[in-house]
Amino acid sequence: MEYILIFIAAVFVNNIVLAQFLGICPFLGVSKKVSTALGMTGAVTFVMVLATLVTFIVQKTILDPFHIGFMQTITFILIIAALVQMVEIILKKVSPALYQALGVFLPLITTNCAVLGVAIMVIQKEFNLLESIVFAASIAIGFGLALTIFAGIREQLSLVNVPKGMQGSPIALVTAGLLAMAFMGFSGIV
Amino acid sequence: MSNLSNLTRGLFKENPTFVLLLGMCPTLGVTTSAINGMGMGLATAFVLVMSNIVISLVANNIPDKIRIPSFIVIIAAFVTIVDMSMAAYLPSLHESLGLFIPLIVVNCIVLGRAEAFASKNGALASVLDGLGMGLGFTMSLTILGGIRELLGSGKVFNLPVFNENYGMLVFVLAPGAFLALGYLIAFINRIRRTN
Repeated sequence: MEYILIFIAAVFVNNIVLAQFLGICPFLGVSKKVSTALGMTGAVTFVMVLATLVTFIVQKTILDPFHIGFMQTITFILIIAALVQMVEIILKKVSPALYQALGVFLPLITTNCAVLGVAIMVIQKEFNLLESIVFAASIAIGFGLALTIFAGIREQLSLVNVPKGMQGSPIALVTAGLLAMAFMGFSGIV
Repeated sequence: MSNLSNLTRGLFKENPTFVLLLGMCPTLGVTTSAINGMGMGLATAFVLVMSNIVISLVANNIPDKIRIPSFIVIIAAFVTIVDMSMAAYLPSLHESLGLFIPLIVVNCIVLGRAEAFASKNGALASVLDGLGMGLGFTMSLTILGGIRELLGSGKVFNLPVFNENYGMLVFVLAPGAFLALGYLIAFINRIRRTN
């Protein structure tokens, strides 16, 4: 039950993009087509869960016992950067098909603030290991949900006449605003 | 390139938020009030200036292969300094900016300027570039924060402008961030086109 609550809260109520404003860059950047949105979602889910797992273990086994919590930002960002590189290299060797699908998105993920954000958030919320993993996976699903809906709307939007001044990023931001308003309807269910 | 253009480029012509659309997460996340926007902008400006100085000085000694990771470590060090000093001296601002302080490290503007400008130019030019970009970012965040605060609660910098009951709460909440920024960019595009 507790895990279901974490899931619903992370996907709908506190959606990472539309309520917490993390991961906006990929949200605006790779949301022109549904297929790329799905690819990005896959890559983010994979890296986010893995990164949260590794940073959680490092925090509990190295940073906490030696009281060097102030090194958190440096340590976490290095772990994430290294992890993304490693995943890219391993994927290239082990599963070329998956690499083809996710490859182009992987380098972009290091600068996705949602990954670092979630790694820090699970420490702040004092989750245990299993809760952290469920939380990271739920956040990634929430990110994917918002990204896919947004990409679907933008595909339709490219077919209509948009006033000249609103073309490009302004209309995308206003669309995102309306989407955020829709997601506000979920607040209060958990 | 002259020093003056290094400084002013970030303010208007290549304003990181309104023109280049970089650093969107803090732009949308912390601009619930003008004060928060300004605090976030100044914190980012400090990191930008300091990391630009250090990177412009050491860039020639860093092997090309580990360039990006080394830049990230330098940036992360300054972010930690900002995080800790803000927690000590401005605890209430630190509280309201929360997660977005450590996240300065993944702000595309900082790494972008390090890579595109500081690693290729001297220390003085890099300081001016960092200062210009940082102040440009501060300016846009303060403007956006001010607009949201005014529309949402009828105040600017906590000074009442009109009765709070007429404020549209949605502008302080999440959707208002997207809407306000969207219309602001449309407005700026319009001005840029007529010039």
